Amino acid sequence: MQFYVDNFGLFRDAFLTTLSLSLLGGLLALVLGTLLAAFRVSPITPLRGLATFYVETFRNTPLTVVFFFIIFGLPQIDFVIGFFPGAVLAIGLYTAAFVCEAVRSGINAVASGQAEAARALGLTFGQSLREVVLPQAFRTVVPPLGNVLLAMVKNTSIAAGFAVSELSSLLPRLVNANAGELVLVLIGVVVGYMLITVPSAFALHRVERRVAILR
Amino acid sequence: MTSRSNGDPLVRLSGVNKWFGELHVLQDIDLSIDRGEVVVVIGPSGSGKSTLCRAINRLEAIEQGEITIDGQRLPEEGKELARLRSDVGMVFQSFNLFAHKTILENVTLGPIKVRRQSKADAEKRARELLERVGVAAQADKYPAQLSGGQQQRVAIARALAMDPKVMLFDEPTSALDPEMINEVLDVMTSLARDGMTMVVVTHEMGFARRAANRVVFMDGGRIVESADPETFFTTPQSARAKDFLSKILEH
Ligand SMILES: Nc1ncnc2c1ncn2[C@@H]1O[C@H](COP(=O)(O)OP(=O)(O)OP(=O)(O)O)[C@@H](O)[C@H]1O
Ligand SMILES: [Mg+2]
Repeated sequence: MQFYVDNFGLFRDAFLTTLSLSLLGGLLALVLGTLLAAFRVSPITPLRGLATFYVETFRNTPLTVVFFFIIFGLPQIDFVIGFFPGAVLAIGLYTAAFVCEAVRSGINAVASGQAEAARALGLTFGQSLREVVLPQAFRTVVPPLGNVLLAMVKNTSIAAGFAVSELSSLLPRLVNANAGELVLVLIGVVVGYMLITVPSAFALHRVERRVAILR
Repeated sequence: MTSRSNGDPLVRLSGVNKWFGELHVLQDIDLSIDRGEVVVVIGPSGSGKSTLCRAINRLEAIEQGEITIDGQRLPEEGKELARLRSDVGMVFQSFNLFAHKTILENVTLGPIKVRRQSKADAEKRARELLERVGVAAQADKYPAQLSGGQQQRVAIARALAMDPKVMLFDEPTSALDPEMINEVLDVMTSLARDGMTMVVVTHEMGFARRAANRVVFMDGGRIVESADPETFFTTPQSARAKDFLSKILEH
């Protein structure tokens, strides 16, 4: 216990960093991913092409490479970004591709008659997506979207390689300084992640139940 | 609704052709529908009735020809098309009520989002329409909680809420249990009596005789015959119409 008391500040800061990476990266991924999904089903061919290109690029690139590109590649074209914002950007852009695919599968699961009825009423493409298709798509999408976001929380650990002091960066740091306490460090880090993932899983489960009743 | 062009037909299709790949589904269709006219479209399965209906509000695009509504050519895409569609009510075989919205919300969505009515006004009108089609008591339920006949009547109310110039019905009673068919046909008959311009794809001969001004018989993507119901049912001209009628009248 004394070990945790001594290192409480470190654990707390690292936890808060992982939490912020998750929240900000997740927010970016959800907004961008939904927009991309709308592009992918839009009647405008260039938008569809753009979104498809985006998704295929990011889905097939390791996250570490995305980090590397943003933090070391962008400064080459005079776009310098700090480590933390760079990490949020990398995680958000990368995860958006997976959010897009989850949302798109949900859109495809909504009966085509729903969109048709909306268009027949005179709603524009954007309105029928917003008012009719997406609200129904999100219902079927909550479980896969949950998986995408949980994977993202774990992916934030890649930021450790890019000078962001998040939870997993404590492992080498604390183990070097306290060689005998390996197990305690590990437990501390795992508990930190679980403080984020377990409540998220509960929240997702509740959302899933709420939207299911509305059907 | 006032109109610039009262003498002209409300809906006019001229020289309309459409293909699904190799399949020539609409062939040289010419059809004019006057204000207040009720046209019933019948014909064998696959003859192009639904496609014709869906071409009128451009749920299906046509390759050749011209379709005008109230003198205005159907726009290609975008906001213009959306605005034109708002004047054309459509009722589908499978109802297509918005599953995540209550009955009341189903009816108010168009008026609020497209016509920019206030929520209070839209709800007041929606309740009147639901009353008219006999489902006012279900206003706060979800579509899945209603019977098929009730859902279809809500779908009619949803279309009426936009004050459409013309209503399209694509086999509105085909998905219904027999005991629910009449409750929907009664609503449609009363609409026809009130002067609504209607295009109705249906095999309900009783409705055609009671409410239609004209029956259009389609086969193989063409309009083969067009006549008032009495003439069509008693003395069909073409062999194909005779054959078709003998088959459906057996049932
Ligand atoms: N989206 C589509 N793609 C390809 N072929 C289609 C499509 N929709 C309809 N068809 C074909 O076009 C033809 C006409 O179809 P349509 O639905 O208009 O017929 P219908 O007269 O309404 O028939 P039914 O009485 O069975 O509803 C049919 O052969 C059908 O298989
Ligand atoms: Mg059909």
